[in-house]
Amino acid sequence: MEILVATAVGALTAGGVYLILRLRAFAVILGMAMLSYAVNVFLFSTGRLAINAAPILTGYEAGDYSGYTDPLPQALVLTAIVISFGMTAVLVMFSLGAYLEAGDDRIDMDGPDTLPDGEAEVTDGAEDAAHLTIEIEPKESGA
Amino acid sequence: MNHWIVAPVILPALLAPLIAFVMRHDIVVARAASAAGTVALAAIAIGLTVMAAGGETHVYYLGNWPAPFGIVLVLDRLSALMVLLTALLALIVLWHAIATGWDARGRHFHALFQFQLMGICGAFLTGDAFNLFVFFEVLLIASYGLMIHAGGKVRLKAGVQYVVMNLAGSTLFLFALGTLYAVTGTLNIADLVVKVQDSAPGDQALIRVAAMLLLVVFGVKAALVPLHFWLPATYSNAPAPVAALFAIMTKVGAYSIIRMHTMVFGPDNAATGSMIGDWLFPAAVLTIAVGAFGVLGARRLMPLLSYSVIGSMGTLLLAVSVFTPYGTETALYYLIHSTFSAAALFLLADLVVSRRGGDGLGVQRPTVQNGLFAALFFAAAIAMAGMPPLSGFLGKLLVLDALRGPDVIVIGWTAILIGSLITILGFARAGSVLFWKSTAAPPPEAAHEAEQGAAPVDPPSPASALAIAPTMMALALLAALTVFAGPVTSYLQDTSAQLHDTAGYVSSVLARDGEAE
Repeated sequence: MEILVATAVGALTAGGVYLILRLRAFAVILGMAMLSYAVNVFLFSTGRLAINAAPILTGYEAGDYSGYTDPLPQALVLTAIVISFGMTAVLVMFSLGAYLEAGDDRIDMDGPDTLPDGEAEVTDGAEDAAHLTIEIEPKESGA
Repeated sequence: MNHWIVAPVILPALLAPLIAFVMRHDIVVARAASAAGTVALAAIAIGLTVMAAGGETHVYYLGNWPAPFGIVLVLDRLSALMVLLTALLALIVLWHAIATGWDARGRHFHALFQFQLMGICGAFLTGDAFNLFVFFEVLLIASYGLMIHAGGKVRLKAGVQYVVMNLAGSTLFLFALGTLYAVTGTLNIADLVVKVQDSAPGDQALIRVAAMLLLVVFGVKAALVPLHFWLPATYSNAPAPVAALFAIMTKVGAYSIIRMHTMVFGPDNAATGSMIGDWLFPAAVLTIAVGAFGVLGARRLMPLLSYSVIGSMGTLLLAVSVFTPYGTETALYYLIHSTFSAAALFLLADLVVSRRGGDGLGVQRPTVQNGLFAALFFAAAIAMAGMPPLSGFLGKLLVLDALRGPDVIVIGWTAILIGSLITILGFARAGSVLFWKSTAAPPPEAAHEAEQGAAPVDPPSPASALAIAPTMMALALLAALTVFAGPVTSYLQDTSAQLHDTAGYVSSVLARDGEAE
């Protein structure tokens, strides 16, 4: 059981790290999702792995804690799942917005500091606001 | 239990959805509500500061659960100070955003702004490590929206990078918290202090891993080299008022390092020992160097200011890295100074850049009010670079004084002094190109009209007094910080003493017995 969970966390993390180092937004989003799965499984295991056990202390008068699993990591995982789910949604919307604006989904900037003097792009873009208002509605912050 | 402690979180949390759902079609109402909320937040923050000034550690038990089991909010001098700083900065930034019309260039500025304040205040007030993570996420998700406010191609691409960087940071945060929970069985900060002190030798390696992971996470937020790469692209492409508000975001990282790594992983516990300081010190020196060379090498104004923020974070973290009460005191003074000077520079840059063709550091026709802007830039640059007479000089002097240990004095003093010199050079170059050489350039209107015949470009409209007032206010606060440096440092001395008195913190949070319910 321990080996299974540990290899799962390790494989997911390795895959996630590899993917977020890619140049394209799609791979990076997948990588972030894999990383968040990895951390969820990892958080779950921090309360020690117990099989077929409820988070209810039954035998504590007899000093028997064996059939018990720690409820707190489960609560933490729930919070983490909600947050990472919302964040992945935000990341998808951001990448879509950037893709639609820029025409490609490359994640790197084209030299923000190397524009010729005086020719720097003005990005105040009041006229661009219309594209964006559909996308910015991150209201998941109550999680 | 005093319910005002939770008010800085509740107030923006209630206001933001109201603004988003009820007032979304009327910018005037939204502005009024947001301004009223921020003023109320400032009033609450002042009240909390007065309450905390007595030196007592006030604890708020959410849901009335006893301390290690439920989530607690803790109000001590440090958290009250940070909430007050946030509220003052928010007032200045909000004023600027309204006066320059930035808030009307995209939707939901005010709702996101209030969510951002909720997250920042919550992060400063919480006494629970997992709750700190949740508030980090709240402030980050609001900052994502603010960062791409008003849109544009470059800004969206920079926004994607910012989101990815912070999502990776959040994942690391969860890994660190999981490790910490697996070893100690608690995430309450006061309980962590006790458990880490009493840790078995076999567990200490895992505690060290968790402490270093947390340092990395907070280092990402605080733009510690080599985790600073997100900052220049983010700050220079964010709307300027948002960049000014982000001046407090790097301080959230610094605050978390001060809180967690002084109290839980301080140099006097056996598990981590001096390890944190040993890593933080060289990283902070490198941060100063990268900031200084970035200021010198930047070819546009906004990246220049971003690198100056990185440099000031380096100085701040250098003072933190000695982990002495005096070091913390000087770090806090520099923290206040650096927040307002960064805000002043970004707000001023907004006024200047919006009247020039972009923020390239090239010779252009002079802007309107060239003299006024030049004078303000001069004052703000003096503050940021650390020249007398403003508080940057006093702050750096205090930090130098804190770095008098024999093993840190040579490298620490060299880094700060040479870094300041290079920063001064960079600012002097930028200021002279922007404001002095520009007056020598020929007025382009004549040439322009000659080429195209008709339709001359409108000269930029001068900034109104209302639009300049927030910048002035930030500079006035810096001046006040200089004039009242004596009282402020003696208050910060008490703050730092309270922070280093971990036994007092632990007994206030954990001892619940006998308190009236």
